[in-house]
Amino acid sequence: MKKFDKDRLLLGLAGPVLALVVAFLLTSVVLLLSGLSAIEPYELMFQQLEFTDIQVLIINQTGIYYLAALAVAVGFRMNLFNIGVDGQYRLAVMLAAVVGAAVDLPGPLHILLIVLVAMFVGAMWAGIAGVLKTTRGVSEVVSTIMLNAIATSLIAWMILPANLGQQPPGSNQLNTGEIPESGWFPGLQLDGGEIYGFTFVAFALGIVYWFTLNRTRFGFDLRATGASQSAAQASGVDAKRMVLTAMLISGAVAGLAGMPMLLGQTHTYSLSFPVGVGFVGITIALLGRNNPVGIFFASLLVAFLDKTAEGLDLAGYPKEIAQIMQGLIVIAVVVSYELVRQYGLRRQQQKVGEELAAQARKNKEVAAA
Amino acid sequence: MRRITRIATVGIASTALALSVTACGSDSSSGSGSDDNGGKAAIAYDIGGRGDQSFNDAAYAGLVEAEEELDVQGTEAEPSEGEGDPDKVQRLTTLARAGNNPVIGVGFAYAPAIAEVAPKFPDTTFGLIDDTSKTGPNIANLVFNEEQGSYLAGVAAAKVTESDTVGFIGGVETPLIKKFEAGFVQGVKDTNKDVNVKVQYLTQPPDFGGFSKPDLGKAAAQGQLDAGADVIYAAAGLAGAGAIEATANAGKWAIGVDSDQYEQEGLAAYKERILTSVTKNVSGAVFNLIKSVQDGDPQNGEIRYGLEDDGVALSLSNPAFTEMTDVIEAVDKAKADIIAGRITVKTAP
Repeated sequence: MKKFDKDRLLLGLAGPVLALVVAFLLTSVVLLLSGLSAIEPYELMFQQLEFTDIQVLIINQTGIYYLAALAVAVGFRMNLFNIGVDGQYRLAVMLAAVVGAAVDLPGPLHILLIVLVAMFVGAMWAGIAGVLKTTRGVSEVVSTIMLNAIATSLIAWMILPANLGQQPPGSNQLNTGEIPESGWFPGLQLDGGEIYGFTFVAFALGIVYWFTLNRTRFGFDLRATGASQSAAQASGVDAKRMVLTAMLISGAVAGLAGMPMLLGQTHTYSLSFPVGVGFVGITIALLGRNNPVGIFFASLLVAFLDKTAEGLDLAGYPKEIAQIMQGLIVIAVVVSYELVRQYGLRRQQQKVGEELAAQARKNKEVAAA
Repeated sequence: MRRITRIATVGIASTALALSVTACGSDSSSGSGSDDNGGKAAIAYDIGGRGDQSFNDAAYAGLVEAEEELDVQGTEAEPSEGEGDPDKVQRLTTLARAGNNPVIGVGFAYAPAIAEVAPKFPDTTFGLIDDTSKTGPNIANLVFNEEQGSYLAGVAAAKVTESDTVGFIGGVETPLIKKFEAGFVQGVKDTNKDVNVKVQYLTQPPDFGGFSKPDLGKAAAQGQLDAGADVIYAAAGLAGAGAIEATANAGKWAIGVDSDQYEQEGLAAYKERILTSVTKNVSGAVFNLIKSVQDGDPQNGEIRYGLEDDGVALSLSNPAFTEMTDVIEAVDKAKADIIAGRITVKTAP
């Protein structure tokens, strides 16, 4: 039994590792083809790591990506492809910022309110796709993509000074007003800057995610429905309800993805609030195999690529190298997982075959004796 | 089993590599603060980066001019897609630490980052284009009266139109582009209030494709032409090129923006139909700031560029435009009125 577990772990690791190695090699090929050194860019990126401020940037970004990837992973576990994490994240952080700036409560309550609003808005926005899927059979892939676009328009309208936004005097920026200091999440002050306090909440959520999925009845139902909806239904799980619940949870976590930045840095939602976090989350969830530890390392890797690529620019290398690498990782991940899966299947068949053969031999011996 | 071991070896080796990448704990503080106050200047671009044929390219032109005339060494840095304030802080810090002076943030998105970084480098001058909300002893806010130039474009459009319908195409619906709209609409209405102005924006933030996708500009211009517009003013960066193409092909008048688009090689095929352009002298502003630092008397505070110093202006390179003497007359009169304060141009529609 123990041996089997080891095999499974190795096979599990082989997928992402194979993908990374392939992506690495292909990136080097791209570099060579464009007449650049295939090694120096990596060296430069590693050098960047020595700066404490870059380290802090990477950790902070890891927390943000981690939350976004968890949101995607919850859906994946249920066989739901929530592409709308980005829209849920933006809408949630915007409305949370509006509420946060409008009220003035004692510290912890203020933060709690902002966080709850973000979760609620994210869940509701994802819930639309969930309801459409359960009642009308609309594919969540299509509906969440469209909801992304609707969220963009809705935010653009709401942030107008005539509605919920404001334009600071002398600025061409639009924002939602500053959240009073009681709504700021204290961070960890280091040499290189401040690690957002919410980053730690993000990592703690990874534990909650693991526990809920693997150690609760609900998590079992969720995984069972994801594996086979009809089988789960036959054993008494309300599959439709699970779809809706999974969508709501996914959206709520997506709503949290904006919190590290909002509570720790900007304290307002503006036109230059980061976008695209939800899409990076999909890459990371894929690479991390929906496993909380895997997602953590995948987030760290992507954050590393993102933040150290900046140094390439100044050294005369195009920093798009990091983006090329991220794109290659996505392709390589899909291919390598399929390869590893097939290999695992073949191995399993072989093993079963061997066992059967051994059994047959034994039977023969018994019969002969 | 043999194959498994091989996969395992590769796996472990690469994991070790990945770990050494990610779990590095060195905290050597970076401190190469070379303060040689000679000859290094840097600009950090806004969304789109260099090659947008418009705003960022104008800043780059200023840097190049400084490199040639003042013998400074220029550095550029591009933003990443969807980045946040910490990335901008990081970028400006790196540039300042490398001894660049001045460090110029191209675009209002740099305001919070400059407010954070500037106090840490008191000997470095920071330029901030299009924003006056953050100020400091070593911050120069370079701003433009875009609405004044657009007002003149509105006067010209109202004089030239025969269908009494003109169009305005904005790239992305941000307050900055609304300044262009406000000035243009007011210019048209003040000249002839029977002229109908069609206003359209290509995208909404945070989708900034409206500054970079010519097909969007083309489709929007086509729609306005179909609705009877015969003069179209596009303030949409690279997307404006599509609007100019559609307008020129229909034989109507286009008005360009930021640079003198009549002179641009990429638009040479349509230049006959580019009536004029509302220019914004970003390159001059960048050059002036670098020069002031080189001269030892760095600019600071609000530096406003308007009609009076040609910081914004209406270009006169198309002979077809300069031949329309009554139009030129009206434009010149409006210009004089604005400078004298007899006309106040609104900054928001």
